[in-house]
Amino acid sequence: MLWESVRLAALAIIRNKLRSFLTVLGVVIGVAAVIAMVTVGQGSSAKVAADVESLGTDVLSIRPGKRVMGPGGGGNSAPPFTLKDAEALAGMSFIRSVSPQNSSAQTAIFGNTNTTTSVTGTNADYLDVGNWTMHLGRTFTDAEERTGAAVCILGESVRQTLFGNTDPNGETIRIKTLSCQVIGLLQAKGAGSFGQDQDDLILMPIRTVQRRMEGNQDVASITVALLPNANSARAIREITTLLRERRKLTDAEEDDFSVTDMKEIASILSGINSVLTGLLSSVAAVSLLVGGIGIMNIMLVSVTERTREIGIRLAVGAEARQVLTQFLVEAVVLSVTGGVLGIVLGLALAFAGSRVMTIPFTPDAMVVLMAFAFSALVGVVFGYFPARRAAQLDPIEALRHQ
Amino acid sequence: MTAPLIELRGIARVYGTGEAEVRALDGVDLIIQRGEFVAIMGPSGSGKSTAMNIIGCLDRPTGGNYLFNGVEVATLDQDQRALLRRHYLGFVFQGFNLLARTTALENVELPLIYKGLPRTDRVARAMAALAKVGLQGREGHDPSQLSGGQQQRVAIARALAGDPMVILADEPTGNLDSHRSHEIMQLLQALNRDEGITIVMVTHEEDIAAYARRLVVFTDGKIVHDATKDGT
Repeated sequence: MLWESVRLAALAIIRNKLRSFLTVLGVVIGVAAVIAMVTVGQGSSAKVAADVESLGTDVLSIRPGKRVMGPGGGGNSAPPFTLKDAEALAGMSFIRSVSPQNSSAQTAIFGNTNTTTSVTGTNADYLDVGNWTMHLGRTFTDAEERTGAAVCILGESVRQTLFGNTDPNGETIRIKTLSCQVIGLLQAKGAGSFGQDQDDLILMPIRTVQRRMEGNQDVASITVALLPNANSARAIREITTLLRERRKLTDAEEDDFSVTDMKEIASILSGINSVLTGLLSSVAAVSLLVGGIGIMNIMLVSVTERTREIGIRLAVGAEARQVLTQFLVEAVVLSVTGGVLGIVLGLALAFAGSRVMTIPFTPDAMVVLMAFAFSALVGVVFGYFPARRAAQLDPIEALRHQ
Repeated sequence: MTAPLIELRGIARVYGTGEAEVRALDGVDLIIQRGEFVAIMGPSGSGKSTAMNIIGCLDRPTGGNYLFNGVEVATLDQDQRALLRRHYLGFVFQGFNLLARTTALENVELPLIYKGLPRTDRVARAMAALAKVGLQGREGHDPSQLSGGQQQRVAIARALAGDPMVILADEPTGNLDSHRSHEIMQLLQALNRDEGITIVMVTHEEDIAAYARRLVVFTDGKIVHDATKDGT
């Protein structure tokens, strides 16, 4: 009998093409809108999270001057650090790696091509604190760092500009008056959170930059990575104490440097993003509601016709239960069909959107399930309950229904 | 002696309560034997359709006894009455009451589905019923593609397909012109005569009622006239 009901429901769906189509459409729109919006929202969250991850966790940025961000920063009056400061930091128990840095914009030349890029003097720990990996070649040796050898590591964008897709290892490029040998290529990272090109850089040993390009002993900033179980608040306090001693600040003087936890920046980004995701979700919820009302309207508008149909079926000898099973199956089939199409369409839209916005495509089973469940429930409830009411009437009442 | 096919005893049907109370049927006694062809007449509001609906178990009396084939049915529940309709009764309505966008064949199959017949049997019996009402070759047509007379024939075929003991026809010619009306009546008459199906028909047209062998007239919820024609 159930099979017979399924067959009857299928026939009814095929017969009432327009009604079936509109019902399915309501479910499709509701489900697809929610899935597309929430998936895109979550994809951009994941993108931000990935960017934060690429900054490295538990990374502290130490700069001379009082301010880190915003206009007026830089603190020109504050003395720069030295490599001795970096060595002192490296001796602290909770520190995993220390990368002194000295960056400037320079023009790099190879053959008849050139590119203006950021040249950073640093050490091999730069890879650890910046969460970089080598794509080709090797990083600096201790000897190269100590002696200030004329060697450099390229970012992917610089490689593309100067060498195309060929292997740059062993080639010699010129920066200012310095000829330096390429020993490695960094794994590409792509665009950063603000759309900047993270791969547009050249790394050199910091002593090479100090001695052969800048002609000083300065370290513009130091980035340290903490050991995984280190407490970053305590680390900031201890680093501050150490640097105050080294910079011979009296108790009355304020810090002339700053220690910033990169997580703070990350948390601001995440905050903005969660607001956006919330906004998208509420738009999606409205879509779901509109889709639901669409389904409801179609179902209620067809009640008169369906009530008469139920009357006819009862008159020829159907039991209420048989009629109801048929209508329930019909509502379930329509809603599930709409739901499945909605999932497919929603995921397709989300996928296309992710591609266009270059964010990861991260469908969430929970969201898919909830959107599906809500729309299907609306379809079933509004398909089934009017039918149930009609089936409980005396057949003559159902037949007379206007 | 076997019990009469249909026996109404003091049947009442009251709509509403208190001042708004309407007594559509007020103590109706009626016995219909197997093989009869009964026409029920009466002015509008006389209760003739209500009586028909109660006989057809589409409506429930508020008082009295209704014995079908000797069995009390006034107290049956909804599903039991559905079974009674399924196995013993066939309906023909003034407004045809065919399923829209559904072929003639599928409409005629409908009662057979609920009888639980396998598909091949259903189609065979539905085709036979359609042939009996002269609609061979029209089984694939929707109601919207058929004339009023043809639609009513489909409805009669649907009533026939279930192999009923009684066909209940409520103003079967009410929506048809005179020519089609007489065709339909000849069909019903033939079914009564050749197949022995009991027919109870409500009408308000004298010439239609004349096809029946017995005439029952209702006025104000009561039977005021009940006469059987002489001869055949």
